[in-house]
Amino acid sequence: MLWYIGRRLLQVIPVFLGATLLVYGMVFLRPGDPVAALGGERGLPEAVAQQIREQFHLNEPFFVQYLYFLRGIFTFDLGPDFTGRPVAETIANAFPVTFQLAIMALVIETVFGIGFGLVAGMRKGKLFDSTVLVWTLLLIAVPTFVLGFVAQIIFGVQLGWLPVTAGRNPDFESLLMPAMVLAGTSMAYILRLTRTSVAENLTADHVRTARAKGLSRSQVTNRHVLRNSLIPVVTFIGADLGNLMAGSIVTEGIFNINGVGGTLFESIIRGENVTVVAIATILVLVYIAANLLVDLLYAVLDPRIRYA
Amino acid sequence: MTPRKRLMGVGATLLAGSLVLSACGGGIGEQTEGDSEAVITVSSGEPQNPLIPSDTNEVYGGLVVRNIFSGLVYYDVNGAVQNEIAASIESDDNVTWTITIEDGWTFTDGTDVTAQSFVDAWNWGAYGPNAANLTYFYEPIEGYDEVQVPVDEDGEPTGEDPEAETMSGLEVVSDTEFTVTLKQPESDFPVRLGYTAFFPLPEVFFEDPEAFGEAPVSNGPYTLTEWDHDTAITVEPNPDYAGDRVPQNGGVEFLAYTDEDSAYNDLLANNLDIVTNVPASAFATFEEDLGDRAVNQPAAVTQVINVPEYVEDFQGEAGLLRRQAISMAIDREGITETVYDGARTPASDFTNPVINGWSDDIPGSEVLEYNPEEAGSLWEQAEEMDPLGDDYTLFIASNADSDHQSWIDPACNTIREALGIECEFDAYPVFDEFLEARDNREIKGLFRGGWQADYPAMSNFLGPIYGTGAGSNDMDYSSEEFDAKLTEGNAAETPEEATEIYKEAQEILFQDMPGIPLWYYNTTAGYSEAVDNVEFGWDSDPILYQVTKSE
Amino acid sequence: MPENRYDNGPRPGQDRYVAPPEEVTVGAVDALAEDQAPSSMWQDAWREMRRRPMFWIALAIITVAVVIAIVPELFTSHGPRQCSLAESLLPPSGEHWFGTDKNGCDVYTRVIFGARPSVTVGVLATTFVVLLGGSIGAIAGYFSGWLDTILSRITDIFFAIPFFLAALVILSLLPNRNALAVALVLASFGWTSIARITRGSVLSVKNNEFVTAAKALGMSRLGILVKHALPNAAAPIIVYATVALGTFVVAEATLTFLGIGLPTSIVSWGGDLSQGRTIIRQAPEVLIYPAVALGTTVLGFIMMGDVVRDALDPKARKR
Repeated sequence: MLWYIGRRLLQVIPVFLGATLLVYGMVFLRPGDPVAALGGERGLPEAVAQQIREQFHLNEPFFVQYLYFLRGIFTFDLGPDFTGRPVAETIANAFPVTFQLAIMALVIETVFGIGFGLVAGMRKGKLFDSTVLVWTLLLIAVPTFVLGFVAQIIFGVQLGWLPVTAGRNPDFESLLMPAMVLAGTSMAYILRLTRTSVAENLTADHVRTARAKGLSRSQVTNRHVLRNSLIPVVTFIGADLGNLMAGSIVTEGIFNINGVGGTLFESIIRGENVTVVAIATILVLVYIAANLLVDLLYAVLDPRIRYA
Repeated sequence: MTPRKRLMGVGATLLAGSLVLSACGGGIGEQTEGDSEAVITVSSGEPQNPLIPSDTNEVYGGLVVRNIFSGLVYYDVNGAVQNEIAASIESDDNVTWTITIEDGWTFTDGTDVTAQSFVDAWNWGAYGPNAANLTYFYEPIEGYDEVQVPVDEDGEPTGEDPEAETMSGLEVVSDTEFTVTLKQPESDFPVRLGYTAFFPLPEVFFEDPEAFGEAPVSNGPYTLTEWDHDTAITVEPNPDYAGDRVPQNGGVEFLAYTDEDSAYNDLLANNLDIVTNVPASAFATFEEDLGDRAVNQPAAVTQVINVPEYVEDFQGEAGLLRRQAISMAIDREGITETVYDGARTPASDFTNPVINGWSDDIPGSEVLEYNPEEAGSLWEQAEEMDPLGDDYTLFIASNADSDHQSWIDPACNTIREALGIECEFDAYPVFDEFLEARDNREIKGLFRGGWQADYPAMSNFLGPIYGTGAGSNDMDYSSEEFDAKLTEGNAAETPEEATEIYKEAQEILFQDMPGIPLWYYNTTAGYSEAVDNVEFGWDSDPILYQVTKSE
Repeated sequence: MPENRYDNGPRPGQDRYVAPPEEVTVGAVDALAEDQAPSSMWQDAWREMRRRPMFWIALAIITVAVVIAIVPELFTSHGPRQCSLAESLLPPSGEHWFGTDKNGCDVYTRVIFGARPSVTVGVLATTFVVLLGGSIGAIAGYFSGWLDTILSRITDIFFAIPFFLAALVILSLLPNRNALAVALVLASFGWTSIARITRGSVLSVKNNEFVTAAKALGMSRLGILVKHALPNAAAPIIVYATVALGTFVVAEATLTFLGIGLPTSIVSWGGDLSQGRTIIRQAPEVLIYPAVALGTTVLGFIMMGDVVRDALDPKARKR
């Protein structure tokens, strides 16, 4: 087991290099001239623009720029962005609140997704199952930019139950509504995956055996149905943490949360390559860690899976 | 200041506007007893540059800088120029200006504001290697070219230092007097002096500009207390402020919002005092939502679609007919009333109603009226001279990272209807891609242009956009006649005389149609029940010092 | 087995599971139809499916959606871009069944014409994702070892790329932004989850008794994977794919909302959702129609997915 973990950690290196190179390549390929855009409608004097390009090594070939970035990463000095602000500071500002938001969303989608999915799966075809299906459709068919906005108007402005925006004080209360909105689509996945797995496992031989043995309802559910149903669900949740952190562009915008999604979006649009790649690097580390955890969980959920 | 910067946010709409013809602003007459300790919250965004006046070229930083710094003059609610630090600004020939300043002004570090503070600040902003964003504002001053980075024929820097470190046109006479010599007559020079580029800087700035940009030492009505990046900027009244704009509140918090809708929802929930931009989604409802706390008045922003001279379809006589036909095929009234619910006003010239000298009866401006029949027949005439065919597609290019689809779609609908051709929105996903296509002259058809005035003068809407070789003239429009009018207007002895000349210059534009004016923006804003005396200036900025708040 | 086959829960007053009395009788199992040729898995599935009303409902929904997508002209006499500002925001009427939107376009017509790009994006992207992610995940999970390591790390790398960045770059570089391009972009960065899920399911299936049995019988490894491991891991793939189909259509809307989706010359549900968002305070009803169209289509695919899954699962199959 330890050997397995050690090997997995070693594999982080090629993934890190591959991911940063690919992301850097994409940022590099994106058309547009971020330096020219700094001047707005007026444009910058050519000499000024040249100076900025020089400062950020924008005239260098792709690989040289990438090496500069790597040097920045390994010396823990990513330098400033176009506005003169240290990139590291921008990132350090954005991550804590996003992490909190993503964890809250993850808990919400896991609890409700598995909970409703379990009940729906055990009562497949019944009223509860159909009701849940309709709500799931709603979560799927209504885009976040509509769902979040409507939730904000109804629960924030009209009913006043929850804060309208998170803004300056992103505490538990003000992140609750954004976390629920953010969890929406993922919850639909988890719910459907759980429901199907549960329904399938209910008919499995070992569950019938357990029932025949006269085990109590909760024993059967916990020990035999749920545990065996969780593999696809756990896989999805593991992959979703990174998604939740990077993919909250819209949610963060609506609830005015100064987090990773918005920072990433702004940085892409403004051509702040170093910021984009640095954020992507952190996200890939989060993803790798979550996946390692999931792979280890497989062995717990299904004793037949062993790692050496 | 350019409207572009603000376009960059997620779903951000263009800018707001301002008000000059403010009949419906906040009632300044009813003096409510405010709490002088209360802090006003205002929707804004994260400044994209350090808070150095000559570096601040976007709206969010500009709003802060204009409240913490004082210049020679300021613009009052009507856009009129009022002396602030200046005692007098005089010239006999519009070339050499003698500026005297008042005694008794200090920066927050206790040092005096002197003539030297201005001259040093301007020289720093103009000096090429400092790469200040507003450098071009110093261009008219004599000696500007000598402080720029030398470049070779290809525009590449030669690596040498500029010839001089300071502009020869600036001369300090005494602590309270200095002279400015311009390259050519500029009759509206005093009007420009209220712009941020012309603010003074204390000595401490030059020791460490970078640190200064984070925590500026200033001389305005307010002083910066905290800059919590991406979240909020807090300012409090400056006890040493010596001017007329004395704060009536306990300070201002500029809150960063990335989405105008969330700011507006915060206002509706009473979590925010002033919203500087009502989102497009609320154009139809905000006057009902807010009642007399809604602000809707003209802003110094004009929306145009520009016609690149390099696109063959619009060249020659047939091209001119097509420009006119397209202009007449756009239902400006319908779009501003229906799509924008009155948050835009149909254009009747190339400048802006907020600006002194604006008029709606310039000869040739009939081409801005919706007239589908006439448009159709003009297009037919052009087709006879130089056929493009029935399946011709007219492209209107814009960036898509702010909402331009909402007007390009209906504009295309009316163009399709009137001219019998196809019309499509040529969307560039991100602003800098659009800009690059413009710079490289790669636009396929027409392209969107939006201009927000830097300072309230007609010339600001004409020269920088339509002058030969001007910075924003991505159409490559060049008219000797028009350029001559600009020079003539700059040299005019009185503002009235200049206005007449600029009107004649616009007649030339209406003949050549290098751009098709669409509409003027409105300042659409609102405020909560907690605040009073809220007014918006000509530049769409809320006038913050006079706002009072009851807890 | 009778109709209440799904009733696996306890009856009122009962706190333990007891095998349902209608459990398959021994006699039923004994009665093997030995005279019939062994039926393939798919034949079994088909026989099973056509018995269920849910299958026919799902099929009807999908057929209607596809027919509308192919020939929208049959369903409306208006053009989707025949709009008049004078007719802005009209209520539903005989002329405009769903009313008009802010630009004065007929909402019903736009919903009809919006089907093609949306269904194309959803179906194509889902197909790509299932093929690509499914095979990579299955191979990684079944063969383990260095192949698993390499494929899993490639998955990690692709996951690391911010989706929005990828969409922005690829859509900017493509000369034509159409439904196919959007589907390709969504797929090329959306396959990672399904690869992980497939890998996990295959991992858990591969040590099952029947796989071991197949191995003992000398089947090739690839053969076992395709014949036994994959069908048994199919349930999560199908479920994920049917939900993904809906989210892909909505993802197109989000791309449009962020300014990089389909061009406005292509009418789509996503585009109309994005447009409807800007007038939601004024006329929220305009937004409902494309959302309902989208929801119904997704419902069709989800129901179909459920039926297919049930039919493929020998344990849940009716006889």
